[in-house]
Amino acid sequence: MKYALLSDIHSNLHALDACLAHAQTQGVERIAILGDLVSYGAFPCEVVARCQALQDAGAVVVRGNHEELVQTHNVNTPNPSLGSQTAQWTHDQLSPAQRFWLETLPLTERVDQLFFVHASADAPERWRYVEDERIAGLSLDAACSHPDVRYVFGGHVHHQSLYYRGTGRQLMAFKPTAGVPIPTPKHRQWIATIGSVGQPRDGNPRAMYAVFDSTSAKLTFHRVAYDHRAAASAVREAGLPEFFAQRLETGK
Amino acid sequence: MAHIYEVTYADERAAPFAMVMKVPRMTAGDGAENIVGFEVEHQILQVLHGTHVPRFVAAGDLASLPYLVMEHVQGLTLQQVLDVHTHDHTRATVPEMSRLGAAIARAAHSLHQQNTCHLDLKPANVLLHPDGHAVLLDFGLSCHAHYPDLLAEELRKAVGSPAWIAPEQVVGVRGDPRSDIFAIGVMLYELATGELPFGNPQTNGGMRQRLWMDPTPPRRLRDDLPEWFQEVVLRCLEPEAAKRYPSAAHLAFDLEHPEQIKVTQRGQQIQGTPFFTHFKRWLKAAGMHYQPSPLPSQQIDEVPILMVAVPHHDVSDATLYSLRQAVARSLGIRPGARLAVVTVISPNLSSTSEHDKSETTLHRQYRTMLQQWAQPLDLDDHQTSYHVLEASDVANALVRYAEGNNVSMIVMGAATHGLQMQRFVATVPIKVAMEAPCTVILVKQSLPFEHLDHST
Repeated sequence: MKYALLSDIHSNLHALDACLAHAQTQGVERIAILGDLVSYGAFPCEVVARCQALQDAGAVVVRGNHEELVQTHNVNTPNPSLGSQTAQWTHDQLSPAQRFWLETLPLTERVDQLFFVHASADAPERWRYVEDERIAGLSLDAACSHPDVRYVFGGHVHHQSLYYRGTGRQLMAFKPTAGVPIPTPKHRQWIATIGSVGQPRDGNPRAMYAVFDSTSAKLTFHRVAYDHRAAASAVREAGLPEFFAQRLETGK
Repeated sequence: MAHIYEVTYADERAAPFAMVMKVPRMTAGDGAENIVGFEVEHQILQVLHGTHVPRFVAAGDLASLPYLVMEHVQGLTLQQVLDVHTHDHTRATVPEMSRLGAAIARAAHSLHQQNTCHLDLKPANVLLHPDGHAVLLDFGLSCHAHYPDLLAEELRKAVGSPAWIAPEQVVGVRGDPRSDIFAIGVMLYELATGELPFGNPQTNGGMRQRLWMDPTPPRRLRDDLPEWFQEVVLRCLEPEAAKRYPSAAHLAFDLEHPEQIKVTQRGQQIQGTPFFTHFKRWLKAAGMHYQPSPLPSQQIDEVPILMVAVPHHDVSDATLYSLRQAVARSLGIRPGARLAVVTVISPNLSSTSEHDKSETTLHRQYRTMLQQWAQPLDLDDHQTSYHVLEASDVANALVRYAEGNNVSMIVMGAATHGLQMQRFVATVPIKVAMEAPCTVILVKQSLPFEHLDHST
């Protein structure tokens, strides 16, 4: 079974569609969306509608921290931060039904040997960043308390990395090269952060996602070029903070 | 360890080449490293290609039925060659050692270009094919930069064979292509002298010795060794990777053009390194620690072999000037790059009867011309050599030379090699550009008149 793993879409419809189109060329059979569907970008309603349709067709969708941030509406906050400006704007765009759907998404999902979570599996509701070997180890150990689990996939940190057990006790971090299928045999345990579809922050504007083939046990991290200028223009036209438009243009 | 069996297809179909099956032996005495080593080889062999590795045929699932089937390459291992010499009480000749060393270096370079470091090169893992090229075996300790390094661990312990392991491997660095160059140096030393430069230490402390110690100069053990040969071997064995050949292609180049090697104190010395030098290095080595290495292919790309084709007749000053400018610019952004200055002469220029047209005299004349051409270049940081090729097909000669020497970039005039025949010969650069195995820079001529106005 080939899974497309997508996370941190952040209302970026251009990037989401480019990744889905790319995934189709890779022969993907199932889709997992690992949270943070909304905020920052200009198309929250369209992205949510897309993901709802994917879920109806069998996709796994889990909840991210931004699904919670857009639930509350505080018009009276003086000098709101950039983040809360976009959260409020997003709140106003979404229909109550869409917000309810986001709010009731599960925090984690398991499909056979695969475990899906937005942040860290040991305390998913605390949104801890899996950003080093230690936290990756905590997340992996928690997820692997279920005996079938061999692979933990998450997002939240907006970069692509893979952690594995070397010959030592601690996990080792590995920086993948895009497009290279990495053998991830199931006799070992693996945890990956698959990067952000809609808001890359590593200086490269191309969208990030990953494909996992459970039959051949290979994980491929991808970078997909999309019309990031159009996505940035849409952010400006929507009246959202300029910072988020520039971020899409530079990938920083 | 593993068992090796010769195999054929069970359905009796004809195999295109002889095959062997490797099955890991997992007994109580084997460390986890052996089993992981099989997994590493299983992973890496499947993606390597080229004539310098056994062709991959099939692999079994690691968890249920671990095995690997690969090409059974014909030939002797370097260990068998060494054993024959030991048995006959002989030593390899200098031309034989150069040939073997260059073949192994080329094989290592091909691996490095595929982002893989072998990290366990030793005579038993080098197979010499009857046609002269080397095939590298056993990738159990290798490291492919595109895959997680399963042998790495946070404690960074030494992984390798004690006699051939490079100093940086001793402190746990995995993935530097120059570690393989060190191992080739140990093999050349062994071929030349019959001894191991650092012995075969059994302890970590013994292995650490090579972090600061120079081996006995090979010429002290064998006085018929030329200085250039010792220069090459000791450069491979430099404790600091940065002082070794920056890529295996550079090493192969030197072994194939020994007359171009600049011999230094390293090649001349017969006495060992003085105590005080060793002591200072020992202090430095005590602080040596792990640093991550960049992608091998990227690392060797940064030290390319640049080749410039300099025409020798009917050539304008502007062309020669522009070529030199282009070379200066290309070298300027690549410290450590090496430069090969090449010209092609027609075979009917030389004559066996007239002295001033004899082959050596002609070659010397053209080589001097090349040296004069290169003289204004700042070549302090760049090894440079000069080559006169004899061939009637200029483009073909340049392309063959580039292929044979792992050249990464050719600089040549856009319309050179015979101005009056430009109608025909403008095709030389085009042909080179089409057939070259590497980047080709075609230089258009321009004289620096604006500089001439302001000069002196």
